[in-house]
Amino acid sequence: MSIDKDIVKHISKLARISLDDKKTDGLVKDLSSIILFIEKLNKLNTDNVVPLTSIINASLKSRADEVKNEKIRDQILKNSPEKNEEFFVVPKVIE
Amino acid sequence: MIDLTKISLCDLVKGIKKKDFTSEEVTKSFIDNEKKSKKLNSFITTNFDEAIIKSQTFDKKKNYSGLLAGVPLAVKDLFCTKNIKTTAGSKILNNFFPTYESTVTANLWSEGAFLLGKLNCDEFAMGSSNETSFFGNVINPYGDKLVPGGSSGGSAAALASNLTPATIGTDTGGSIRQPASFTGTVGLKPTYGRCSRWGIVAFASSLDQAGPMTQNVEDCALLLQAISSYDPKDSTSVNVKVDNYSENLTDNIKGLKIGIPKEYRVENMPDEIDILWKKGVEYLKDAGAIIKDITLPHTMYALPAYYIVAPAEASSNLARYDGVKYGHRAKGKNLIEMYENTRSEGFGDEVKRRILIGTYVLSSGYYDAYYIKAQKVRQLIKKDFDESFNEIDAVLTPSTPSSAFKVGDKKDDPISMYLNDVFTVPVNLAGLPAISVPAGLDKKNLPLGLQLIGKPFQEQTILNLSLAIQKRAGFKKSIKEWWK
Repeated sequence: MSIDKDIVKHISKLARISLDDKKTDGLVKDLSSIILFIEKLNKLNTDNVVPLTSIINASLKSRADEVKNEKIRDQILKNSPEKNEEFFVVPKVIE
Repeated sequence: MIDLTKISLCDLVKGIKKKDFTSEEVTKSFIDNEKKSKKLNSFITTNFDEAIIKSQTFDKKKNYSGLLAGVPLAVKDLFCTKNIKTTAGSKILNNFFPTYESTVTANLWSEGAFLLGKLNCDEFAMGSSNETSFFGNVINPYGDKLVPGGSSGGSAAALASNLTPATIGTDTGGSIRQPASFTGTVGLKPTYGRCSRWGIVAFASSLDQAGPMTQNVEDCALLLQAISSYDPKDSTSVNVKVDNYSENLTDNIKGLKIGIPKEYRVENMPDEIDILWKKGVEYLKDAGAIIKDITLPHTMYALPAYYIVAPAEASSNLARYDGVKYGHRAKGKNLIEMYENTRSEGFGDEVKRRILIGTYVLSSGYYDAYYIKAQKVRQLIKKDFDESFNEIDAVLTPSTPSSAFKVGDKKDDPISMYLNDVFTVPVNLAGLPAISVPAGLDKKNLPLGLQLIGKPFQEQTILNLSLAIQKRAGFKKSIKEWWK
């Protein structure tokens, strides 16, 4: 599968990264060579192989679902580039 | 007066305890050395004022109970440190001050160490040369035009040039072991789940592990012991008792069976790497190990599988950088445009490449062909190791297919850069522990490392084997301090 300009534009939209034309052209070249490289896997027959989904030989632990009142709103908001006393502020979403 | 920056971590701890010198003297020595070593660009953030205060407080209280009592340590800038800027080498986090501390660094501090500074690294740990950092290249102390390796390049350079007595890095595909090999230092990637990932800026969650980088194997055992722990805050942390790696460290490795995988003899590998590998075999034989030829038949598929799995996980992990909750924010006419501009301005080229590859392999219509395929291959790679470990105790390979290369040499060719990790990546895919130990020099007088791969949670075995190599290889650091 080769990567063309339209594919790069499509995935950059999905990934929410804006690209100018020059960057897009560069990425067509880079991503094509990377995809060609990873397609080496197609030489290998994996029909009867179970995909590895966890490297640990144990199921993930669960914990009690407890309500905690940690009062950390200020900490959570501290690093926000734009906020008021209680909320993250973003550009207007609904007209 | 002796140069305190040239003493090993173990000897610093002992010397402070014996009152041969004070924590403050040690701390000031490293600070002075760093101030003369700006050309290496190994630090992103220094924490010198606070470190001096911490050392003075230590010298007053004299609490020697911790494994690292009174020792200043700089760490890779991928670990969140409370109220101290944590950038992950990225513009997008250039204004991020975590309100919490990573478990691994918290473990260091509870053993009596304190923070000297945050070390440069490839952006979001994506790179093998430290050239993708927003804060500029790091230079290898072995030569003014050489890369230190990556992604823990700042850690490796700072350690090799005595700007920190030891350090910790992270390793997703070789990011501890490759820079250790390039700088003549020891670097260990623990078993997946041995060290908590909580509070480490995430790259590829099923592969990332924190680990020690040190001047010698003894220091490595000590630091591994300090950072290892079970952590309920990381659901993939494994509740296995932490061994007393230092106390159990021995070069008596008699009877251990070591596998030599023929698949690691790759095309175009310089003779010197092969010679070094043979020397490694001789060192281990001399120490009483039994050498066996083994086969890891799916090795050649590890790197392509890695470049599906790692970018896929990265594209998901890095979705959080949206200019809303923390980090850099760009302007935009509406919410979507703000996201797109923020991420375009905030991420560098390599990070964008990987996010886009990851998005592509996970996108509708391609998921089975790429991502599921890679997970199947990952299963086969793990099975190769599992089957071999019925016969052997550890695997010996070179750490890297070359010594340190020149700045700029591979920057514009992602594939040739990725090939650096050909020997280190299979270990991450299989979740195994592995160490790089300096074992010799090439014709250019640059260090080369050997890698030992162990069974899950058998860090002690690979540490012991490394000690046997260290004693026999007699590797001596040969750095001229050209930057001063």
